[in-house]
Amino acid sequence: MATVLPVAKAASVNPLKSSQPLGAAFAYLGVAGAVPLFHGSQGCTSFALVLFVRHFKEAIPLQTTAMDEVATILGGADHLEEAILNLKTRTKPKLIGICTTALVETRGEDIAGDVASIKSRRAADLEGTEITLAQTPDFDGAIEEGWSKAVTAMIEGVARRGTAARREESRVNILPGAHLTVADVEHVRAMVEAFGLEPVILPDISGSLDGTVPERWIPTTYGGTSVEDIRTLGEARLTIAIGEHMRAPAARLHELTGVEYSLFRQLSGLKAVDRFVTLLGELSGRPAPASIRRRRAQLQDALLDGHFHFSGKRIAIAAEPDLLYALATVFVGMGAQIHAAVTTTSGSKILEHVPCETVKVGDLGDFEALAEGADLLVTHSHGRQAAERLGAPLLRVGFPIFDRLGGQHKLRVGYQGARDLIFEVANIFESERHEPTPESLDPFRNRESEHERRPASAIGRH
Amino acid sequence: MSSQARVQALFNEPACEKNQAKDASTRKKGCSKPLTPGAAAGGCAFDGAKIVLQPVTDVAHLIHGPLACEGNSWDNRGAASSGSALWRRSFTTDLTELDVVMGQGEKKLFRAIREIVEAHAPPAVFVYSTCVTALIGDDLDAVCFRAAERFGLPVVPVHAPGFVGSKNLGNKLAGEALLDHVVGAYEPDDVGPMDVNILGEYNLAGEFWMVKPLLEALGMRVRACIPGDARYLDIAGAHTARANMMVCSTALINMARKMEERWGIPFFEGSFYGVSDTSDALRQLARLLVSQGADRALTGRAEALIAREEARVWRRLEPYRARLAGKRVLLNTGGVKSWSVVAALQEIGMEIVGTATKKSTDEDKERIKKLLKDEKHAFDNMAPRDLYALLASGKADIMLSGGRTQFIALKAKTPWLDINQERHHPYAGYDGMVELVRQIDLAIHNPVWAQARAPAPWDAPTRASARPAESGAETIALTRRKFAATAADELGEC
Repeated sequence: MATVLPVAKAASVNPLKSSQPLGAAFAYLGVAGAVPLFHGSQGCTSFALVLFVRHFKEAIPLQTTAMDEVATILGGADHLEEAILNLKTRTKPKLIGICTTALVETRGEDIAGDVASIKSRRAADLEGTEITLAQTPDFDGAIEEGWSKAVTAMIEGVARRGTAARREESRVNILPGAHLTVADVEHVRAMVEAFGLEPVILPDISGSLDGTVPERWIPTTYGGTSVEDIRTLGEARLTIAIGEHMRAPAARLHELTGVEYSLFRQLSGLKAVDRFVTLLGELSGRPAPASIRRRRAQLQDALLDGHFHFSGKRIAIAAEPDLLYALATVFVGMGAQIHAAVTTTSGSKILEHVPCETVKVGDLGDFEALAEGADLLVTHSHGRQAAERLGAPLLRVGFPIFDRLGGQHKLRVGYQGARDLIFEVANIFESERHEPTPESLDPFRNRESEHERRPASAIGRH
Repeated sequence: MSSQARVQALFNEPACEKNQAKDASTRKKGCSKPLTPGAAAGGCAFDGAKIVLQPVTDVAHLIHGPLACEGNSWDNRGAASSGSALWRRSFTTDLTELDVVMGQGEKKLFRAIREIVEAHAPPAVFVYSTCVTALIGDDLDAVCFRAAERFGLPVVPVHAPGFVGSKNLGNKLAGEALLDHVVGAYEPDDVGPMDVNILGEYNLAGEFWMVKPLLEALGMRVRACIPGDARYLDIAGAHTARANMMVCSTALINMARKMEERWGIPFFEGSFYGVSDTSDALRQLARLLVSQGADRALTGRAEALIAREEARVWRRLEPYRARLAGKRVLLNTGGVKSWSVVAALQEIGMEIVGTATKKSTDEDKERIKKLLKDEKHAFDNMAPRDLYALLASGKADIMLSGGRTQFIALKAKTPWLDINQERHHPYAGYDGMVELVRQIDLAIHNPVWAQARAPAPWDAPTRASARPAESGAETIALTRRKFAATAADELGEC
């Protein structure tokens, strides 16, 4: 049971967070034919766009209402309307996902009212395009919150309400959290399909942000959840939400359509995956396929081979709450200890379950101070400065990863993802191993110091 | 001065060529074109201000606003530092909803400055306003003034909230902040007749370090390169230089002109991109210094250096002629800086098949007409869709542009080279030109293009796919025959 320590300083040093509207846009990008629209000044969009491009190495459709000084003073409703109509004519999207920014939320406009009025006045012009609104001021939340709000907005705005006349027995809704990579989502889909079930995944970034080369220019997302699939979410047998921050959208979908939900806090540990596989077995009435059993056996072996490397290791993690929880659980399950845990926001219920004493809400400046003496740093690419200064290796996870290729294709869920994660981390420890020297083993060395580091790495040897 | 007045004054910039061509009423409307909601691209004024100031290496840059302004954008540029790394640390007040509602912004800002001073003891703190803090009316000037008094170091307010306008306007607002608060704040004790400033040089990928030795070989001393690899005291003492060179003209022209007005430092607009422009820049610097009382022999020494270096650079470029002659370049970037690059590329036989003229003045456009065989190839601004079509149809062998259009080229399977601020290679000076040509050569001749463009074997118009009705066994036999003649090492290349 971890204690959550709140922010106690005025200057944030090296932010860990990405902004809430970016998280919302991220979720909209997992819908086919979508364009996320930031309601704010054009810089808000430009910064988020550049960060997405640096992470995905892809052209990203993202637009702005381009609030200027006059609109800032008089109100941005006209800009919002003009932006929506322009997007409609220029890109013919299936979905325009609005994300508000701190600028318009500070003004305190009735944006929900604006959107409703634009939708009703311009109904004919906007035929065939869904418009959803996530209110995501930058001064609150981070990626998880924005992502969760956008998914909720799509459920509220697009999914058909009321209990469906007919439930599709084989259909399962999957609501993956923002911390799942393209490879993770692909893998979850394959696992569900292996049981003969039909998953509808919202949002499905594996279809839209997996880096392919289409044969023509497309101004919206291509691939991802279809709007029609969102409309019929209520026809599924069950919703499976992955990550605590997906509880809200899953619960909202339940309220609106009566579809029950099952929440998985993480899908990276043996027990969690076992539960997932068991659930799929129950839903489908089929035994786990041989391929999945085989993967489980491989994970068992990875646990056995890998634990030597993890035992006694101190790992420092800075990540959004659900990713922090998932990774910490796996590492502690391998015999490592969480040396420092830093996260973005204090709101998530999952934080108290992180297997360590304290979780600090803060930035990479806090992380750098707390991680002193850690054997491994785990955070996104911005952790590179801390890693350099502390002389510790860095495992890049989460968003953004801009100084390594293929971050989106890293698989870290399911038996297979857990297996790969264990090997990846064990290999980092292996490559950091220092040969013993007479000095490092001298019994009279550092007597006064509490931090005797080297014996820990000796455990890593077979 | 109110921020409105400051912006108006910038729109009146007399040294701006574009501005001189306008009448009074158009001038008053300002330079920024109105943005189209839903079809806008590019950064805001805050972005522009940060671009100009952030490369100042030993200063703490503190962004006063909610998270996104800094959190989504820090550590994203390739400027290089020869000293302090403080500029790469990100500082923001990360305002929360409670801060905004309770009006705690100013207090939080003051405390943030204190924390930074205590932890890092920088020579100065630059504080940037953003949309939200400008909107809620935080008095940046007052907080900075009080903090400077209390902590005994310069605390510079930078007024460029995003909503006031474009990135370009933000560049100029940053220049104003330096003029108002930094330049002239320090009197160096080693002032000399050969001191120069370089304005608007960002030292991307360290490229100014390819030029600085040339200046030093002529006996010049770079008092301040603003902002690339600059330290606070360099800029604070920049008013003692004898000549200013303005590199990125649109960004800091106001600064160059006002430094001439206030301290009598003559300036010229030049570039270190391309062979002839680099030579010109050296010539002009020498000329200005001589006009300010430097030894007349400088002119001769400059010419000797130029002759030597030009001969060397053309000798080094010669081997590329055979490989690049006739290759077609699409230049998708605006502005003057690219023109001398174009001249050099043409010199080795490359062809310019198109160029954007969005940021160009009328005079630029005249030059473009002379350079291009067909003036139809100059386009104002191309929609991504059209650009993609042009590249996909194979009308260019390479596109040179900024990161924004990178993926249009790559998705069209066309070689692409970054010539904007995110790039990783230094292109300035004589050596930089060789590097640019080398990179173009590497990009165009990379074997990856043939592989990426080849269709999958089952999509290729071969006999196998022409007869889809074939049974599986027959297809396999056919495939086997097809690969029978393939040597193992050919397969290895795939």
